[in-house]
Amino acid sequence: MNAMMIAASVCLIAGCLLTLVAAIGVARFPDMLARMHAATKPQVLGLMLLMAGLAFGLGSSQLTWKLVLVVVFQLLTAPVAAHMVGRAGYRTGKVRSDLLVRDELTEDLERARLRKES
Amino acid sequence: MSGRGRWDWLQRVPMAVWMTAVWVLLWGHLTVANVLTGVLVSVLLLWVFPMPRVGFEGRVSLIGVVLLTGRLLVDVVRASVSVAIRALRWRQTPHGAVIRVPLRSESDLFLTLTAELTTLVPGSFVVEAHRFTGTLYLHVLDVTRPGALERARHDVFEQERRVMYAFATDADIEAAGFEPRPWRLRSRGGRTRTRMTRERSSYERGKVLPRDGEDES
Repeated sequence: MNAMMIAASVCLIAGCLLTLVAAIGVARFPDMLARMHAATKPQVLGLMLLMAGLAFGLGSSQLTWKLVLVVVFQLLTAPVAAHMVGRAGYRTGKVRSDLLVRDELTEDLERARLRKES
Repeated sequence: MSGRGRWDWLQRVPMAVWMTAVWVLLWGHLTVANVLTGVLVSVLLLWVFPMPRVGFEGRVSLIGVVLLTGRLLVDVVRASVSVAIRALRWRQTPHGAVIRVPLRSESDLFLTLTAELTTLVPGSFVVEAHRFTGTLYLHVLDVTRPGALERARHDVFEQERRVMYAFATDADIEAAGFEPRPWRLRSRGGRTRTRMTRERSSYERGKVLPRDGEDES
């Protein structure tokens, strides 16, 4: 077993573990906003590690570029996806406000609504 | 073609280059035929679906970009580990908060970049971004520790500072109230200057409170 294979195995196992933890987080966290944290952060790093593992294991330069592309698009789209889900959930009242210590967005929306009415 | 039309097309060149690069990477071979079809497809796409111009008036600094990317990689690892620990700590329920962070710069591009990167770094993700006031609303995962809210705000400003050090002109950095780039006095690196239209001038940015149903973010 050479060094490349060891690096590949380490990356693949670590990536799988992180993806598993992300899934556990999504299932376990109490509300939607907290779940989006689990869906963006460990998931992105997990995917990066999996792609790195594949690149080490396959050792073909053509494929490496495609894997880099996968990671780039994941970095670009994951925050936008989380933002869209969070925003839609927030505006349709899917947020458990009892878990929020402070909520300045609701304060501002409230204030803007009152000003509009007066 | 009028001069204005030609200028419009010139501004789309970076987009066409990026799309061609993706095309070639997806095919996997750098051949003349691939590049030519890539150019053809991207010009066709830009012609059929013209995208709104973002407006970029900045100065790319190589050191700034390296610092930004390096810090981003470290932060992604830190963020993943911290969320993973929270997810595996069975008995504790995280108590979050939604905070408002008014950004300092005026540009849409820096607002977008800061929002994207803030989602990837520890502790926070963007719930709502309000364009006219340049305000981000962040959800912070766990604020049970004292001072966590202030730290989250501080982190966003630091992120914005790094984004501006990487892409903004010195004048914009000064206008936003950050110190000038610390390496500027010694180095001449990254002298690329790009000037393009600024879509939004500062008088448009009167402080407007976010309203329901307003689709500006």
